[in-house]
Amino acid sequence: MDILQTLTDLWESSGFHSFLVDGGWKNLIMIVVACALLYLGIKKKFEPLLLVGIAFGCLLVNLSYFTPESTDALYHPELWSAFLDKESEFYHSYGHVMANGGLLDILYIGVKAGIYPSLIFMGVGAMTDFGPLISNPKSLLLGAAAQMGVFLAFFGAVLLGFTGNQAAAIGIIGGADGPTAIFLTTKLAPELLGPIAIAAYSYMALIPMIQPPLMRLLTTEKERKVKMEQNRVVSKTEKILFPIIVAMFVILLLPSTAPLIGCLMLGNLWRECGVTERLSDTVQNALMNIVTVFLGISVGATTAADSFLNLQTLFIILLGLTAFCFSTVGGLLVGKLMYVLTGGKINPLIGSAGVSAVPMAARVSQVEGQKANPSNFLLMHAMGPNVAGVIGSAIAAGFLLAVFG
Amino acid sequence: MNFFALAVVKAVDSGTKMEIGDAAITAIFGYAVVFFGLVLLMAVLYITGAIFSNKEKKSAEKEKTAPAKPVETAPAPVPKPEPVLAKGSAGHIKLHDVPDKEAAMIMAIVADTLQTPLNELHFISIKEVNKK
Repeated sequence: MDILQTLTDLWESSGFHSFLVDGGWKNLIMIVVACALLYLGIKKKFEPLLLVGIAFGCLLVNLSYFTPESTDALYHPELWSAFLDKESEFYHSYGHVMANGGLLDILYIGVKAGIYPSLIFMGVGAMTDFGPLISNPKSLLLGAAAQMGVFLAFFGAVLLGFTGNQAAAIGIIGGADGPTAIFLTTKLAPELLGPIAIAAYSYMALIPMIQPPLMRLLTTEKERKVKMEQNRVVSKTEKILFPIIVAMFVILLLPSTAPLIGCLMLGNLWRECGVTERLSDTVQNALMNIVTVFLGISVGATTAADSFLNLQTLFIILLGLTAFCFSTVGGLLVGKLMYVLTGGKINPLIGSAGVSAVPMAARVSQVEGQKANPSNFLLMHAMGPNVAGVIGSAIAAGFLLAVFG
Repeated sequence: MNFFALAVVKAVDSGTKMEIGDAAITAIFGYAVVFFGLVLLMAVLYITGAIFSNKEKKSAEKEKTAPAKPVETAPAPVPKPEPVLAKGSAGHIKLHDVPDKEAAMIMAIVADTLQTPLNELHFISIKEVNKK
């Protein structure tokens, strides 16, 4: 046995050696990025349930994948390039991925096929009480208005030179809805999944910092002090009918929304119908947790250094922030309009909750409302636009998918 | 592909760079579609809401007009059984002049302000303080 040769082979096959050749330094930077994301998730509690998984997925892929020859890698971008290449013999071949992929490649199939985001939506539906929206259907206008950032960011992305598909995927960050952003991006621009998912979840966590300055800038003290009347009580039958009506109506209008809206409404029906508590409980807890594990780690795996460290990522981060801000502005402006039209009965602060991010955005409305008037309780009023935003962002995604898919 | 997509798709070749004009049209049209969808849904919700409100009103009126039931001798009061505590519950809370809903809201606000999960807090009683 040639000990020296063995030691040389061991050194050359190690990741430490790979850092020093063929742009391996990029992986080092990505490892630092992963550690920064872990810090944000664990210490700063930025959407920790997903961000910790995404960050660790990022760490794993950048520790194991350096070049297409990295046989022990957990994730292989080139397999997915072949999967998407119409000229390749492996076009849309999951078998090829299963046979040659690493652990994260196999988990990523659930993202690619749109399974995880849809299942997350099922859990969200089972956890959401649509009562505030049913009792005050005007909330839907605020949910629609708050999609402004989606389309402005889309336009901005086109101006910056992104293709239509990529611009659509970037724009949906403004919907403030992680599963929708992941769902649309895997369909339209899978090469951007890493930066888009990270931007979407980071900004969702930053909502308590992003929204309040805009809310104070766009509303007067008098508007913020408005106390809203209590909404009517919604009957059990209405709550049962709601998911059925929404599913029929929205899916017929935009068939491409079927996976998201279908799962959201099925989850909600399980919650409300009163005869499927076991299923509702499983979807809200066990299934949601399992899917979150797979979704986080496999999305993190798409942040291989070569595809992440470029100018596009910087643009995506900036466009994502723009999208969030304009979505908030859109909701607030329509909130102000409703304040005027109703003779001061609607507090415009609930408009900012029209971005999805349930229930964080509604809580921000509550906090700002109470700062202006300590006896103000806007939480339930803001939940209406908040859940309307979930439906609104799914419709926006459905439209973009219909146009660019 | 449905009719919304068909309306703009001629201007859009999804995999290539878009013209600015096409992007502007797509953005405006997309925003309009979101509004259109949600406004229609709002109309549907108003209609179903009106139907249910009418039903409730009618049943309330029926109850009013119905002849009063003969007064029955009240049975001896049965002592209320102590409700079974949920698993992990910290016990009961005493409410003095505070409705259940308001109490729930107060507890949620306290938990949020303290940044502590509700199941880690133990509320003993909530009482409305009269300022007079």
